Amino acid sequence: MSSTATLNLTRAASNPLTAGKLPRWAPLTLLAGSLVVSTIMFLLIQLASTTDSAASSGADSSSTDAGGINFFGIAFVGAVLYAVLITTFAWLAEGRRRAIDRLMTTLIVGAFVLALVPLISLLITVIAGGLARFDADFFTTSMRNVTGEGGGALHAIMGTLQITGLATLISVPVGLFTAIYLVEYGRGWLAKSITFFIDVMTGIPSIVAGLFAFALFAIFFGPGVRMGLGGAVALSVLMIPVVVRSSEEMLKLVPNELREASYALGVPKWLTISKVVIPTAIAGITTGVMISISRVIGETAPLLIIAGFTTSMNYNMLNGPVMTLPVFVYNSYANPGTDVNAYLDRAWAGALTLIVIVMLLNLGARIIAKIFSPKLAR
Amino acid sequence: MSFSTKSAVIALAAVAALSLSSCATNEGGDSSTDSSGSTSSLSGTISGVGASSQGSAQEAWIASFQTANPDVTINYSPDGSGAGRKAFAAGGSAYAGSDSALSDDELKGTFGSCVADTDPVNLPVYISPIAVIYNVEGVKDLKLDAETIAKIFKGDITTWNDPAIAAMNPDAKLPSSNITRVNRSDDSGTTKNFSDYLYKNVPEIWNAEPTDVFPFPGGEAAKGTSGVADAVANGTNAIGYADASAAASRKLGVAQLKVGDEFVAYSAEAAAAVVDASPLVEGRGDNDISIKLDRTTTEAGTYPLVLVSYLIACQEYKDKDQGSIVKEYLGYVASEEGQKEAADKAGSAPISASLTEKVKAAIATIK
Amino acid sequence: MSETGIQDPLRVPPTDSATAPQPDSLAEAPSSVHETAESSSATPSQQASTPSPTSESLSPTKNPKTPKRLGDLLYSGTSRTAGILILVVLAAVAIFLIAQSIPALVGDPTQLRGTPNSFWEYVAPLAFGTVWAAALALLFALPVAIGIALFISHYAPRRLAAGLGYLIDLLAAVPSVVFGLWGIKVLAPAVQPLYEWLTINMGWFPLFAGPASGTGRTILTVAIVLAVMILPIITALCREVFLQTPVLHQEAALALGATRWEMVRIAVLPFGRAGIVSASMLGLGRALGETMAVAMVLSPAVVINFALLTSTNPTTIAANIALNFPEAFGINVNALIATGLVLFVITLLVNSIARIIVNRRKAFSGAN
Repeated sequence: MSSTATLNLTRAASNPLTAGKLPRWAPLTLLAGSLVVSTIMFLLIQLASTTDSAASSGADSSSTDAGGINFFGIAFVGAVLYAVLITTFAWLAEGRRRAIDRLMTTLIVGAFVLALVPLISLLITVIAGGLARFDADFFTTSMRNVTGEGGGALHAIMGTLQITGLATLISVPVGLFTAIYLVEYGRGWLAKSITFFIDVMTGIPSIVAGLFAFALFAIFFGPGVRMGLGGAVALSVLMIPVVVRSSEEMLKLVPNELREASYALGVPKWLTISKVVIPTAIAGITTGVMISISRVIGETAPLLIIAGFTTSMNYNMLNGPVMTLPVFVYNSYANPGTDVNAYLDRAWAGALTLIVIVMLLNLGARIIAKIFSPKLAR
Repeated sequence: MSFSTKSAVIALAAVAALSLSSCATNEGGDSSTDSSGSTSSLSGTISGVGASSQGSAQEAWIASFQTANPDVTINYSPDGSGAGRKAFAAGGSAYAGSDSALSDDELKGTFGSCVADTDPVNLPVYISPIAVIYNVEGVKDLKLDAETIAKIFKGDITTWNDPAIAAMNPDAKLPSSNITRVNRSDDSGTTKNFSDYLYKNVPEIWNAEPTDVFPFPGGEAAKGTSGVADAVANGTNAIGYADASAAASRKLGVAQLKVGDEFVAYSAEAAAAVVDASPLVEGRGDNDISIKLDRTTTEAGTYPLVLVSYLIACQEYKDKDQGSIVKEYLGYVASEEGQKEAADKAGSAPISASLTEKVKAAIATIK
Repeated sequence: MSETGIQDPLRVPPTDSATAPQPDSLAEAPSSVHETAESSSATPSQQASTPSPTSESLSPTKNPKTPKRLGDLLYSGTSRTAGILILVVLAAVAIFLIAQSIPALVGDPTQLRGTPNSFWEYVAPLAFGTVWAAALALLFALPVAIGIALFISHYAPRRLAAGLGYLIDLLAAVPSVVFGLWGIKVLAPAVQPLYEWLTINMGWFPLFAGPASGTGRTILTVAIVLAVMILPIITALCREVFLQTPVLHQEAALALGATRWEMVRIAVLPFGRAGIVSASMLGLGRALGETMAVAMVLSPAVVINFALLTSTNPTTIAANIALNFPEAFGINVNALIATGLVLFVITLLVNSIARIIVNRRKAFSGAN
């Protein structure tokens, strides 16, 4: 009797304003608590299983495996436990609506954390695996005459830069002029159909682009053709719609007043476009181009079909297979020689290089956007 | 404006630096110095297309050959036997690697790189035992016969403690878990040879004509030799078949095969022995060495689950420069050093001395 | 606007009959100014309102002077050519694919891999696998993506939001071959024990029917990898849409006493519904066409089944092409190209649906 009275008293005294709400520390405490419970649970299970398998030797490999999974398992079970607990407590203390709110908050934050799991796992794996061969040799040698350890990806890096560069050379003028046409000149059925077919083109699967390039070049150079130019054409097919879309958006953003001011000064339309419209939009256009490059630079499937692969340097885009970084990664994984680990290390190092290149491009795009955009007023 | 000029300069400098450094240190300009007075006057680029089973060996051969002949570049793409024969026939490659010799039908066709009306030659230069690889915890020295292998890969035997397996392995602690059987997902000469072995030995169980495609569905499928080996290595209670070289490099268990009354572990000698004991295909040209493998041999010390891979080249090339490179290259491949190189780097079985003589004689006639 | 008016005080008065300065008529003003500039440079005395030499032009009110200058001719010509080039390229893609497909469609189907009775029998399991894997991926990715988008737009602290968004965008920067490598080396071995457990304990459920794959290279693993790959695409689009929700709607909901979730449910989600649908369609399109990750992870077979955890999984069109193209010859090449065409049609359908929805939404948002 007296104990309940004191309980009521203390509760009333500690929560004068926030009556009917869970205290602020409740979620964090509950989260910590459920994680602890879940950890203990997993430890117990693991203890039981290790004593089971202790009899059969060779448990070292399996236990390390289990350790990795358990870490994820602990977090998962802990999160579920927390969701159940917080919802229940909130339901009791705050009512149904608040409980649902708390549950949904948990789920939404959980979704974000869940998405981080593959990201972090992937980055850790690539970096850990890639650093083994992320050395000077990797960037200064090719795979020519290399059968085991050593060797590098210079031929693949150069091939990727060349093919992507060539694809950019093809795509940017075509894409930019198409965007200019759509924004500045295009009227009527032609503009409408171009807009529609750009959308269609956006949906071309990359492998289909590769097949197209292969079929096209096979006509001119016979079956079994492998050349860098073909890879560039395949990548262009994938890249052009992205360039058109982004450039079009950017050109549309240029205020009409600028164009009118230019016309009013007697400047002809073509000069207005090249001296007023494009310079104003150049930051956005460059960003779009760089993002489109970063999108195609990691393409593997079309290059596998049309650019082929080689172990030597090949600067000639018109003759013979050209190695590219994604194909290098795939090939190192798929066709390792007898020294499997050397090939796998190179594959991871290649993957790391590829990610670094793509991130640099993205970063560059952001920096360019930042540097150029405030100067709009000049 | 000033920024763009500056950035252009930076970009230019970066490109310049990159292109300066982009001569790979292991190739290119210094060829005259590191050829160490090699008398080689060969130069040019040839390409070969063909079997992925030869992939590792080709890499090793090409590496050594290019070191000796720095101005020669050989590109071998391990696209598969069928693709290799096709590309060779179309003239897309100077030579082909193939897990089966050209058939009589294919020989009737035309060959793009060859002088008209000359038949190409099939040269067996790569012999590799096919290993039945497995990864089962606690099981070592697995012994199997053709019938059991056929039943496992057909899906008739589904657990490791099946009486048929236990009968041959009385000492092994076989688990009761399911068998994960791994086969090739792509067209493959390895599949064809594996299938041929089972078809010749136990046709009542393995009732499928040997082709490049694995006949019975239901198993795990993986691409390429390494795909199968990886799947077995990473899987649990898995069994598969792959080039022996893949087994060695991944430290996988390899089953012993019942030949006659004994169990034979795969070895280079045992594989070469069965090739030596097999007759040639009849009705071919003088320089064509196509082997008809004797799969059902009961001779002790032979390992009949073996893959013989050929190099297919023209008897007479339209392009004489190409012909001379191919000739030199094949000469190196068939030589003792070449075979040893492949044995070291790819785990193949060197061809026997008598076969070497025959192959060398045939290569000598290539123009 | 006003600046131009001040700069050309001499020329403006004679041109416009409506002498009032421009601010009200946005559409007409540019063309009139335009003509002035043009006429002044050509023949100063001529009346600008009658641009006689441009009578043959298609749209005389808009650009009456295009045929005159070399630079303009060049510019409009080049840009028009570029636009037409794109149409030509697309037509070429379609024509090449169709032309190369025909031998497979009319030829002897028994020569195809697996000796099917017809080409359609050959492509059916592949098409099924393509759609099945992509649908599963979408099923996993969509709720998570919506959650992340909501987290970034409405839940995370303002200052953190942009950085967190960039973190998710990082996923989009990872090339698919790296996802494949990660899927086969990390994910598949990690989930295999879970699959084993599921088949043993939940095997009665058709999707989880056994026996479990011993390597974890199943269609469920592929779907997870694909889900991770399309996550950033869906998230980015959803985020944009959620951020556009009118603040008034949200504040009204909160003012009525709604909790944060109720506000999201009654204000944000209904507003973003079309955006969510189109985002998921675009994600689906990407998943349908994804090649390398599937090719590297999946254990393929020619089957149509729904079991998620076994060794025999329906493979996808794109992965099938990538795996078999190098070794294919003869009619099989044509067959693979024909399957590519089928894939093209499937993605086209999905993307068109997305576009239609996006466009309809645009019409709505204009009213906002």
